[in-house]
Amino acid sequence: MLPLSYYLVLSAVLFACGVTGFLIKRNIITIFMSIELMLNGVNLSFVAFAAKWHQLSGHVFVFFVMVVAAAEAAVGLAIIIALFRTRETLNIDQVNLLKL
Amino acid sequence: MTRNLHLWLIPLLPLAGAAINGLLGKRFSRTVVATVANVFCGAAFVMSVWVAAKFSSLPTLPYVETVASWLRSGNFSIDYSFSLDQLSLVMLLVVSGVGFLIHIYSIGYMWEEGGYYRFFSYLNLFMFFMLTLVLASNYLLMFVGWEGVGLASYLLIGFFFLRDSAAAAGKKAFIVNRIGDCGFLIALFLIIQRFGTLDFERVFDAVKPYAAETSGVGFLTAIAILLMVGAAGKSAQIPLYVWLPDAMEGPTPVSALIHAATMVTAGVYMVARSHVIFERAPSALMVVAIIGALTAFFAATIGIAQTDIKKVLAYSTISQLGYMFLACGVAAFSAGIFHLMTHAFFKGLLFLAAGSVIHAVGGEQDMRKMGGLRKEIPVTFWTMTIATFAIAGIPPLAGFFSKDEILWRAYQASWAYWLVGLATAFITSFYMFRLWFMTFFGEYRGAAGASHGHEEHAGHGTHPGRDESLARTGAPPPHSQHAHGHGGIHESPWVMLGPLVVLAVLSFVGGWIGIPGSLGGGNHFDKFLGPVFRATTPAVNAEHAQAGESAPPEQTTEGTEPQTEHSTEIMFTGISVAAGLLGLFLAWLLYHRRPELPGRIAASAHALYIAVANKYWIDEVYAAIFVKPLIGISGFVFWRGIDQGVIDATLDGSADGARELSDNLRHMQSGNVRSYAGWVAIGATAVIAYMVWVGTR
Amino acid sequence: MLHLVLFSVFALVCIAGAVNLLVQRHPINSALSLVVVMGSLAAEYLLLGAEFVAAVQVIVYAGAIMVLFVFVIMLLNAGEEERTYGSRVSWLLGIPGVLAVTVIICWALLRSEQASVALGVIPGLHNTFGDAKSISQLLFHEFLLPFEVTSILVLIAIMGAVVLAARPEAVRESKREG
Repeated sequence: MLPLSYYLVLSAVLFACGVTGFLIKRNIITIFMSIELMLNGVNLSFVAFAAKWHQLSGHVFVFFVMVVAAAEAAVGLAIIIALFRTRETLNIDQVNLLKL
Repeated sequence: MTRNLHLWLIPLLPLAGAAINGLLGKRFSRTVVATVANVFCGAAFVMSVWVAAKFSSLPTLPYVETVASWLRSGNFSIDYSFSLDQLSLVMLLVVSGVGFLIHIYSIGYMWEEGGYYRFFSYLNLFMFFMLTLVLASNYLLMFVGWEGVGLASYLLIGFFFLRDSAAAAGKKAFIVNRIGDCGFLIALFLIIQRFGTLDFERVFDAVKPYAAETSGVGFLTAIAILLMVGAAGKSAQIPLYVWLPDAMEGPTPVSALIHAATMVTAGVYMVARSHVIFERAPSALMVVAIIGALTAFFAATIGIAQTDIKKVLAYSTISQLGYMFLACGVAAFSAGIFHLMTHAFFKGLLFLAAGSVIHAVGGEQDMRKMGGLRKEIPVTFWTMTIATFAIAGIPPLAGFFSKDEILWRAYQASWAYWLVGLATAFITSFYMFRLWFMTFFGEYRGAAGASHGHEEHAGHGTHPGRDESLARTGAPPPHSQHAHGHGGIHESPWVMLGPLVVLAVLSFVGGWIGIPGSLGGGNHFDKFLGPVFRATTPAVNAEHAQAGESAPPEQTTEGTEPQTEHSTEIMFTGISVAAGLLGLFLAWLLYHRRPELPGRIAASAHALYIAVANKYWIDEVYAAIFVKPLIGISGFVFWRGIDQGVIDATLDGSADGARELSDNLRHMQSGNVRSYAGWVAIGATAVIAYMVWVGTR
Repeated sequence: MLHLVLFSVFALVCIAGAVNLLVQRHPINSALSLVVVMGSLAAEYLLLGAEFVAAVQVIVYAGAIMVLFVFVIMLLNAGEEERTYGSRVSWLLGIPGVLAVTVIICWALLRSEQASVALGVIPGLHNTFGDAKSISQLLFHEFLLPFEVTSILVLIAIMGAVVLAARPEAVRESKREG
């Protein structure tokens, strides 16, 4: 029997790691993986609260998050492939055509 | 029975002419332009005559008609309303009549100049403003006309705008006028503050109960002096006269109309109209008289050394205006108006004839290069002779009667005024006859080839070899101030000579309506204007006020002429005629008989001559005291300091600031996804921190 | 006691994997660490009594998504990262900001009373909370609409992925044939 806060702290730490990875990594794929890490942290938080309040909606939500994350990962990686074809690079700093 | 005289039509007719010529005149032929301008001006004149004919049947005077309401603010209201009484009727006839004659003259004079339609448009515009000024029944509408004639004067002086001197002269006229207008405006503000209205009748009714401010400077004195400042600017009196000699840069009809006959007399008219105020401010009247006398003498002395024919006439105008102000200053208002009328005739004639002379000698204005013209241009010669005798005050021409009346009234106020006036009359006669002799007598001193024009005229085939050549040659390229290339001294065409003859007749007989009682006349002019100026003199002390408005016999009011003083008056008349004849004799001596004398006299009184010839360096003094410092302040303080340093700097600074800000913000849009992520993280951080802080409080 | 030990072990593994993801330079190493994270998270879910979710986590996340990641990494032959500094903002402001927020949140959570409620279930054979039957009861009754919509979303994602990742020549060929 552990306090809820332990799980939430773990979730926060995972989320922070995900954000940090997003900020410091240069490889696009690694940045995507950081996003997945963030999502996982959030999932943990959902499940923890579902256990606290004894409601299953949290689990269902996690289910949906996973499905959407899968879809997003698929589309995102497809974009990265298309990007790689034209730019020949996976360095996000070189994908800056939107600059002024 | 109330008749509607439709006074508003009189100013609006020339305005219509100005609008038509101004907007469409560029496409019209010169004949059409001239026709339009003259028809509208002539219609105004015809209507003025019609109004004069109907005048005697008007039940009440002044006749006021209100066209529309102009502005209402609380208790203060002004209407577009015109009024007619004897004074404005005289001014109306003079302005529209002389104006019409000058319009006709200009057809011929300006025929070969560029911008024909522009000239007539401006001329009609001037007529509109001047007629508005004369017919206005409140100070504000009069001020509209006042400003408008200043504007028209600026436009017409600078008519040959490609010439720097003409443009500068126009500017000078307008700016000096404006300085006077400043005084006028402050006077209007004071009137509004004290009396709450600007309508003539209401203001004068409110002023009448006041007694004369004999002790020191009171409220009415302030108003009167400020009005005089405005009049000094408009009518070229000391110290604001400097614009009038420069205004000779404009075409000669402009000089005749605006700077001799009508605009410059607006100041005199305004003072006469405000006589109710002036009569209750003796100090102001004294100021007016002193300024008038001083200006008359001062300008006359400058006139004797001028060599440009138009400049002589310009200084003569300033001097004669001084006479009119002297008359107003001694409360002889109708005498002042009388002189205004006769002056319009002979000064207008002098200018027009001078224009004819200039036209004849092909543009030359220096009298030293003229001479012996009386045989070549006889009509011009005879009309100018009449005008010269008139201005010198030789009976029985018009100027004699009007000037004499002023001198007589001046003497009754103070012998000093009379003495200055007499000296001025002598000098006036001298320099006018000097002009006469230098221009028309002796040998022709001008450019070779311009003399003996008859042989050349025969060669042209369009000029009959008579004394009075009528036709003109074809159109040479337009020159400024009428410098033609077609050689030969020739008389002007009849379109120019006609007005000269009419004005000459008027200069001859125009004074006969004011023949004073001492010489056996009925002084009809004085009696005509009497109701305007009589019955408004202030009571000197309270008992007289209760005894009604009639003045004690010692007071000189309009319309009364004690018999006992007739013999004195005749004596003074004789003295002034003698002064005029003395001037004629001196001029004959120096410029006809012994023409080497003037040079020797000038050499022996060298310093005095140089001072007079350089107009006492007044222009240079003004430039040093006022103009240059003002331009300096304008340049350094206002332009560099405020305009560039503050206003431009603020605007440029804000633009630069915006640009720098956006330049710095631009770096946020780097296209770099990681920096976007960074910003999102920061934003999220801030929001979460805030929420945590709020939650744990 | 057992709970605490299990939780701590898997939590440490989780965090170690996450940090390793940040530290590694080659993306494949990062991907493998992410798999470790997901596995340990599945254990955490089990500790919370979410059996179904734990199973789905392993199957979908670690088994499908991460495989996809690994495939793409191999396909693109992603190499080690170069050292380029694209954005100073993320370094200077982002990371400290995130760290600060995390610290604050953790501090707030650990100090809070509401979050100190003990929870946790011992997974057993007769657990009716979090098993497949109860979840599917919820899923197909109350959350039916989101379920269907999500399935359409997945369909669209499949089509989108195929289109986006296809080679241009292949697209033209299919157009000519079709």
